[in-house]
Amino acid sequence: MSVSARPRSRALDSPAPKVVAARHPWRWVGIVVASVLVAQFISGLVTNPGWDWATFARFFTARSILEAVVVTLELTFYGTVIGFALGIVLALMRLSRSRFLEAVSWTYVWAFRSIPLIVQLLFWFNISYLYEELRFGIPFGPTFIGFDTKDLISPMGAAVLGLALHQAAYAAEIVRSGVISVDHGQLEAAAALGIPRARQFRRIVLPQAMRSILPNATNEVISLFKGTSVVSVVAIGELFYQVQVIYGRNARVVALLMVATVWYIALTTLLSVVQHYVEKHYAKGATRNEDGWKWAR
Amino acid sequence: MGEVMVDVLGVHKRFGDNEVLRGVDLQVSAGEVVVVLGPSGSGKSTLLRTINHLERADRGLVRVDGDLIGYRQRGDKLYELREREVLRQRTNIGFVFQNFNLFPHLTVVENIVEAPVSARRKPVAEARAQARRLLERVGLSDKESAYPRHLSGGQQQRVAIARALALEPKVLLFDEPTSALDPELVGEVLDVIKDLARGGTTMIVVTHEIGFAREVADTVVFMDDGVVVEQGPPSQVLDHPQHARTRAFLSKVL
Repeated sequence: MSVSARPRSRALDSPAPKVVAARHPWRWVGIVVASVLVAQFISGLVTNPGWDWATFARFFTARSILEAVVVTLELTFYGTVIGFALGIVLALMRLSRSRFLEAVSWTYVWAFRSIPLIVQLLFWFNISYLYEELRFGIPFGPTFIGFDTKDLISPMGAAVLGLALHQAAYAAEIVRSGVISVDHGQLEAAAALGIPRARQFRRIVLPQAMRSILPNATNEVISLFKGTSVVSVVAIGELFYQVQVIYGRNARVVALLMVATVWYIALTTLLSVVQHYVEKHYAKGATRNEDGWKWAR
Repeated sequence: MGEVMVDVLGVHKRFGDNEVLRGVDLQVSAGEVVVVLGPSGSGKSTLLRTINHLERADRGLVRVDGDLIGYRQRGDKLYELREREVLRQRTNIGFVFQNFNLFPHLTVVENIVEAPVSARRKPVAEARAQARRLLERVGLSDKESAYPRHLSGGQQQRVAIARALALEPKVLLFDEPTSALDPELVGEVLDVIKDLARGGTTMIVVTHEIGFAREVADTVVFMDDGVVVEQGPPSQVLDHPQHARTRAFLSKVL
């Protein structure tokens, strides 16, 4: 036996063996089972006359439904914008050095998270029975100016108020969670550079907090969007209310519920797509390898 | 050496039961390079952080170029300054952190122009031109639009130094600037700091790099247990330490 001084490349001595991928027979079973179930579901949708696609098609883009979709989007928009604006303020109060502001914020979140949304909505809707007039003046003393509550808070106003105040409590906690997730060193660096406080928040903290705020915030927007259906209890003509009105007249319950369902699914999908791009925007500089960024980080 | 630039007088600081600074006095002249040495937990970093008011001293005063930091004195009373005024004072005091603390969502040049633009209201174009000059000075001209996470530790720390310099501070504080770096990256950061020292920048550097202290420091300050044990030129403190605690420390690190 001899020992060669130079290491030889052993791979070249014989042809490279062929690689056989691992087999996964159960995957194929799973695929077959899933395909059969999907096919059955689709066949049910097509063949079962109970779905009543003709009615669906007639109402899906009916004027009354489209108007209701707009109302639903309006409620979602105002609820989100006012809710998150107030939520940011509440989060900042909670994180401030003032014990007073912290207590106010905590109490708000406690109160509005404790009361069911539907109760709040009914309450705001009925506020004009409780307080017929809103008056500004000295408590127990003279009044300077007074309004009729009914004029001040319309049913739509009551709905927006209820949704936004409810949303603000949740938004506050989401924003707070994002802010406290930012590395403390970032604040120290900003403070050491003498960057003004508001600018520190807007330019340094918030963009970094957005990365953990966004997935939760989108959840909230989507849940608010579907949650607007609760507003039907106060007879606002949003999507779900409108659908109920129509099937109350023509008794095509399933077809009309599908009209609402498909609208909710379509718009939620749109929101998810928007979420993807907004998240991508805030992921700038977050990874070492920019090309590696695909669907997840 | 010129007039007194940093004047630390009887500074005490306690975190709960732990008294970290127990009456520290330190004077740094304009253009002087002071290197602070000492075992971990001796209060070096805390001292540095009280100088720019990241930590508020429990007792004692800090003056930078004659300005009382964090307070306004009227008669025999000290009135705490509002945050806005403290922030303005800090623009005169550059601070370089151990962990760089660059803003990861901003590019290198955006990191550097942020403070001059927002705290000093410098026009953006002017701030960018200055940022480019600073990047050239720290040898990173080609990294202007990179994000911090795409840079090595040594490069990040050089950007952090450029960021601190962008405010043209009266004094530059370094808190263990090379302690988070891989050994082969320490040199490039120390070279930048040496270059600044030669350029006459007033600096206080907390570090464990004894060789750097010997080469660059005008004054070496040895701290232990929250007080300045001894100080003097490197030849004296490093080669002929007077105090037993200094000798004990140096025998461990040399």
